[in-house]
Amino acid sequence: MKFFRMLRRSIRDSFKSVFRNFSLSLASISCITITLIIVAVSILITFNVQNFTREMEKDLTIVVFLEGDTTEEEVKTIKEKLETMSNVESLTYQSKAAVKEEMSKENEIFNEVMSSWSDENNPLKDTFQVKVKVVERISNTAKKIERLDKVSSVKYGEGMVDNLIEAFEAAKKVSYGMVIALILVTVFLIINTIKLTIFSRKREISIMRLVGASNFTIKTPFIIEGMILGILGAIIPILIVCFGYIALYNHFDGYLYSKMITLIEPEPFIYMVSGIVLVIGIIVGMIGSSSAVRKYLKV
Amino acid sequence: MDLIRVKNVNKQYKNGVTAIYDLSLNIKKGSFVFVIGGSGSGKSTFIKMLYREEKPTSGEIYVGGINVAKLRNSKVYKLRRKLGIVFQDYRLLPKLTVYENVAFTMESIGATKSETRRKVLKALELVGLKGKIHNYPDQLSGGEQQRVAIARAIVNEPRILLCDEPTGNLDPDRSMEIVKVLEEINKTCGTTIIMATHDKEIVNKMQKEIILLKDGRLIKHLEKGGYEE
Repeated sequence: MKFFRMLRRSIRDSFKSVFRNFSLSLASISCITITLIIVAVSILITFNVQNFTREMEKDLTIVVFLEGDTTEEEVKTIKEKLETMSNVESLTYQSKAAVKEEMSKENEIFNEVMSSWSDENNPLKDTFQVKVKVVERISNTAKKIERLDKVSSVKYGEGMVDNLIEAFEAAKKVSYGMVIALILVTVFLIINTIKLTIFSRKREISIMRLVGASNFTIKTPFIIEGMILGILGAIIPILIVCFGYIALYNHFDGYLYSKMITLIEPEPFIYMVSGIVLVIGIIVGMIGSSSAVRKYLKV
Repeated sequence: MDLIRVKNVNKQYKNGVTAIYDLSLNIKKGSFVFVIGGSGSGKSTFIKMLYREEKPTSGEIYVGGINVAKLRNSKVYKLRRKLGIVFQDYRLLPKLTVYENVAFTMESIGATKSETRRKVLKALELVGLKGKIHNYPDQLSGGEQQRVAIARAIVNEPRILLCDEPTGNLDPDRSMEIVKVLEEINKTCGTTIIMATHDKEIVNKMQKEIILLKDGRLIKHLEKGGYEE
């Protein structure tokens, strides 16, 4: 009962303080707003890059070409060997006859040329299509497969894939680093702005200590004040996330440049990002204000 | 059992100044004690150590069973709820009315509204300011402001009232009024009162227990006495 009474008083006091020192509060709020906008954009980019990478990774396959004179028995042993490799997720076999059929369906000219090929003089090769578990290790796996008997060559779009993977990794790291750095800067700025509001109430805090208020009682209004600042500061970034991302998604029709780069669908995604932004705002406000008030609790 | 026990206390400030040398004394429940001595005698340091604004460098201080010397910063409020403190400069909040200033104590410790109201009015009646509860501190005289501060200090019915030069800013007549109020509190509520002062006239007139300090050392501790004997 007493706890709730104190809590109600704390909430009332913190709202009073936010609006009484509105110019200072506005400084904190706009500072949080700017940071959270950048944080939100970073999160949108990071998640999209991750999504895109995952989609790409799903499509990545190693194509294994076998020598022309491979017997059915040898195909079986190669299949067994591939299946035991640790990084192999799944594989499908296509005999040269199947390849021929597929290709002849695709194009009429092909069809005409290929119709003269019999099973014996078919110049195409038997292939395995291998999907890997860990894309970062794709080049190692490819090399291992290449060393197997009767494998003539292995293709997985070497240079391009390697570069893409590296670029995505770098992009991920940079955006994580940026988000963390921005959050730290905001915490620092909030500590300083809230210190100013607290400074004007120094006397009040010291008298509270003298008449027997516990540190918890003194701190709580300031922490709630920080949370309120965080929530108010998160409003504009959340609006930007919601409307901005939907507009962007509709403008590009869900794709960037080509069908290869798809954007994440906005429906549950923007709510999740808004939630993250709000939570970051609240936590940053709380940390900022509680470390700002600590200094005055030593009288 | 003595309410306050001080044993072999030394206090040296960080800048090297030693304010208290080997101080040992006991104060009984319900006493009215004057702590007297000139400037720099250590009166203020002594009072500050009792409510733990300062920690002793060595020695023990027990106030109402609490070991003040070892009290952690986060637990200080437990001590302060047993104490009322009055300062020379009143330390009222200028934006609050007389009533709100006194109620501030009760609110800070989480009392209910009805309890707050009852105790605040009682305390203001005791100091004779019931008619001015809606005034702001700057509308009151110095003596009245100090009486508000006393009301704030006693509203939670503490066992001990510490006063650090409460009459330092007042003329002799107002000073006497304040001391009379303190005596009234001492008699009616049984509150132990410890008052640091250098006002010889008051001490001589009142003839109460005195603790005389000089250069940080205890010179005299008498059950009844004046400034110079």
